[in-house]
Amino acid sequence: MTYKVLYYVNQFFGQIGGEEKADIAPILKNEKIGPAMGFEQLLGGEAEVVATLICGDNYFNEHEEEALKFIIDAVSEVNPDIVVAGPAFNAGRYGMACAGVATHVFDELGIPVVTGMYKENPAVDHCKAKAIVVEVSDSAAGMRNALPVMAKITKKILKKEELGMPKEEGYFPQGKRLTVFSNERGSERAVKMLVARLKGEDFETELPMPVFDKVEPAAAIKDIKKAKIALITSGGIVPSGNPDRIQSASAQKWGKYNIKDIESLKGGYYTIHGGYDPVYANEFPDRVAPLDILKKYEKEGEIGEIFEYFYTTTGTGTSVGNSITFGVEIGKELMDAGVDGAILTST
Amino acid sequence: MKLELRKIKVTDLALGNEMKFENGLLTIDPQVIIDGLKDDVNVKDVRVDIAKPGDKTRIIPVKDVIEPRVKVEGTGNGFPGVTTKMEQLGSGLVNVLSGAAIVTIGDIVGFQEGVIDMWGEGAKWTPFSTTYNIVVDISVADGLQPHDHETTVRIAGLRAAEIVGEVARDLTSDEVEVYEMGNIFEETNKYPDLPKVLYVEMLISQGLLHDGYIYGVNSQKILPTLIHPNEELDGAVISGNCVAACDKITTYQHQNNSSIIDLYNRHGKDINFMGVILTPELTTLEGKFRTCDYTAKLCKTLGADGVIISEEGYGNPDSDLLMICKRLEDSGIKTVLITDECSGWDGMSQPLADTTKEAVAVVSAGNVSHVVNLPPADKVLGNPEAIATLAGGWEGCLNDDGSMKCELNAVIGSTSEIGYHNLTVKLY
Repeated sequence: MTYKVLYYVNQFFGQIGGEEKADIAPILKNEKIGPAMGFEQLLGGEAEVVATLICGDNYFNEHEEEALKFIIDAVSEVNPDIVVAGPAFNAGRYGMACAGVATHVFDELGIPVVTGMYKENPAVDHCKAKAIVVEVSDSAAGMRNALPVMAKITKKILKKEELGMPKEEGYFPQGKRLTVFSNERGSERAVKMLVARLKGEDFETELPMPVFDKVEPAAAIKDIKKAKIALITSGGIVPSGNPDRIQSASAQKWGKYNIKDIESLKGGYYTIHGGYDPVYANEFPDRVAPLDILKKYEKEGEIGEIFEYFYTTTGTGTSVGNSITFGVEIGKELMDAGVDGAILTST
Repeated sequence: MKLELRKIKVTDLALGNEMKFENGLLTIDPQVIIDGLKDDVNVKDVRVDIAKPGDKTRIIPVKDVIEPRVKVEGTGNGFPGVTTKMEQLGSGLVNVLSGAAIVTIGDIVGFQEGVIDMWGEGAKWTPFSTTYNIVVDISVADGLQPHDHETTVRIAGLRAAEIVGEVARDLTSDEVEVYEMGNIFEETNKYPDLPKVLYVEMLISQGLLHDGYIYGVNSQKILPTLIHPNEELDGAVISGNCVAACDKITTYQHQNNSSIIDLYNRHGKDINFMGVILTPELTTLEGKFRTCDYTAKLCKTLGADGVIISEEGYGNPDSDLLMICKRLEDSGIKTVLITDECSGWDGMSQPLADTTKEAVAVVSAGNVSHVVNLPPADKVLGNPEAIATLAGGWEGCLNDDGSMKCELNAVIGSTSEIGYHNLTVKLY
C-alpha cells in the first residue's frame, strides 16, 4: 500500500498567478501541482501525492475562518496519511497560511504535517510545536535543497520511524524535552563541563534556563465584606478515599468538592500529596486549606460568602503545561459563578 | 585522610543456611538478618528475599538502598551516630561487598517510595537493576506513630547492611580504591596552578520522609557544613528520604557518591578538589536565604574557583539550587549544576520551578515525568498495588496482567541529581 499525501501551496506555487491572484479562495485539485510534482518523485514510490490544495495568501490571511473551513473539509474528504505544505521560505503571508493549515489539520484531524520555512519567518513559532518545520533558505531558489529534506522526513513519519535530533534531520526543535540515554553518567558530564569552563573552553548546557510568564494580578476587591471567596489548594487535600483518583505527584487532573455544609475539612479529608510530611495535614487538613477560618470569617461578616466548591490538585511535579490547563478551567468556573476572589494555598 | 575501599566483587547471590562468601557467591541466611533486626522492639516482622540482575522480579515499594560493608582498620564501623557509637569517619580500610545491596521495602506513610525492575525495559532506567539485591521487608509494631515508623525502617535497613557486611570481615581482594587527600593547604601547595573546586551537595530537609542525616544529625538542623569527601564515602551521610524515588539520594548513592568520585578522579590532574559542602534544602524563605548565603560564603572563604552543585528532589529546591548558583557566579565562581526536569508527559512544559540567567552550565538528569511502560514481572517483592499511590504512579496504572505504566518519578535513582545514572534530556 502506498501512503497518501495531500499537498498545500499558495496561488503562486499552485500556478494560478502572482500577487494579482493572491485573493483567490481555496480550491482542491486531484492532481500534483508545482512543488508537489518534484516532491512525489522524491518519495520514491512509497507514497503518492493524491491532491493539491491551493489558496491565495491574502485570502487565507483575510478570511482565515472560511479558508480553514474549506481546507479542513477538503482534507477530511481526501483523508491523507500526511499533509505537506510549502515550503514557504521567508514569505510572511504564505508562512502564516502554512502554519494555520498545519496547526488546524494537526489539532482537529490528528494528521501529521510537514512544512518548510526560513528561520526568520515569524510563522515558524506559530506551528513548530505541532508540525515538523524543515529549515529552508529564504527564497524559492532553495526549493531544490528543501524538498529532499522534507521528503525524507515525510517518509520517516509515514513509516512511523523515529525522527533524529532536529539538527541532524534539519527541522526546527518542537520544544519537546525528551529523556534519552547518555554514554556518560551525569556526574562525569558535570565534571567535564566544569573543567571546560575553568579552562575557558567551549561547553554546552544541557538545560537552557526557562523563560517564565508574568501574570498580571487582578484588581483589588472593592468590598471584602461582600465578596464571594473561593478556596483552592495544590496541597493534595481530597475527600477520604480520593474519589477522583488525583495523582500524588505530577497531577493530570483537579477535583472540586462541595463544602457548603461543613465547617472544617477535618475528619472527611486528607492529603494525597507526595511532596511533604503528610502527618500534620492528615491530622488537620485545614492547616493546608484553611476552610475553618474562612467559615469563621463568613459568620463574623468579615467576608461576604464562601463559594460552595473547594478546588484541589497536587502541585508536586505537576507540569506547568498541566497547571496552565487546570488554572484556565478552574478560573472559568469561578468567573462563571461570580467569585470575586480566591485563596490559593500551596505546600 | 586516607580511605581504602577494598572491593570484594559479588557476582552471585543465594539464600541458604549460613552467611558466607565464596568465589563471588554471597549466601544469605535470612534468619541471621531477621534475628538481628528483631532486637528492635519496634520491628514486628522481617522478610528477606533476593533479586538478581536479569531476574524477572519487580521490587516495590522501595524505601532505601544500602551497600553492605565492614570496616576492618580504622575508626567508625557501621553508621556512627546512627547505628554505632560516634566515631570519626573517612580513614582506614573498608571491606565492601561490591555489587551487593540491601533494598528495604515496606509501606510507610508516604507516597514516595519507588520501583526497581531487575530485567528488561525497567532495568535500564534504574542503577539498582545491576546490583545483587537483598530485599528486606520490614513491618513495624502496631500503633507506631509515622515518625517512629520511618525511623525504625531507616535504622533496620542500615543494621541489615551491617549484618551482611560482616560476611566480608575476613575476606580480601586485589581491587582497592584509595581516596587520599592532604589538608587544603598541602593540596594547594602541591597543585598551585590547578583551579580550586568544591562540591555542594544539597540535601532534602523537610520533615518526615524528607530528611538527610549526617552522623545521625538531621540535616534540617544544620547550617551548611564542610565535610571531607572521604567521610561521605565512608558512610557519614545517610538517607531518611522518600522524596520522589527518581531523584532521592539513597544511602548507597551517598556511600558511592558519583560526583565525589568523578571529582576525585580529576584531582591533581585538572582540578584541586577541596571538599564537600552539605547544604540543607529548607522550606521557609528565610531558611533558603540563610543556607544559600551561607553556602556561597563558605565557597568564597575557601577560595573556590569552581563549584559543582547537585540538587535533591525538585520543585521548591530548584530555587535553592539557582540561588546558590547566582550568588557564586556573581562572586566570579564558575558553577555547574546537576538537576532534573519536570517537563510533563509530553516534555513540552518549562523544566524548572525557578530560573536565573546566571545558570549557564547545567547537566540534566532526565525528565521525572517521562512515561515508561514496564512489562509484567514473574515475581513481585513487596506490594504491586503500591504503584497506585507512589509519586509517578496513579490509580489504574497497574494492568490486570501485571504490566504497568508509570513516570520515571517512581523508578529509584533514574534521574539521580548527583549524576549517578546516565539519563539526559535532548530538545526535539
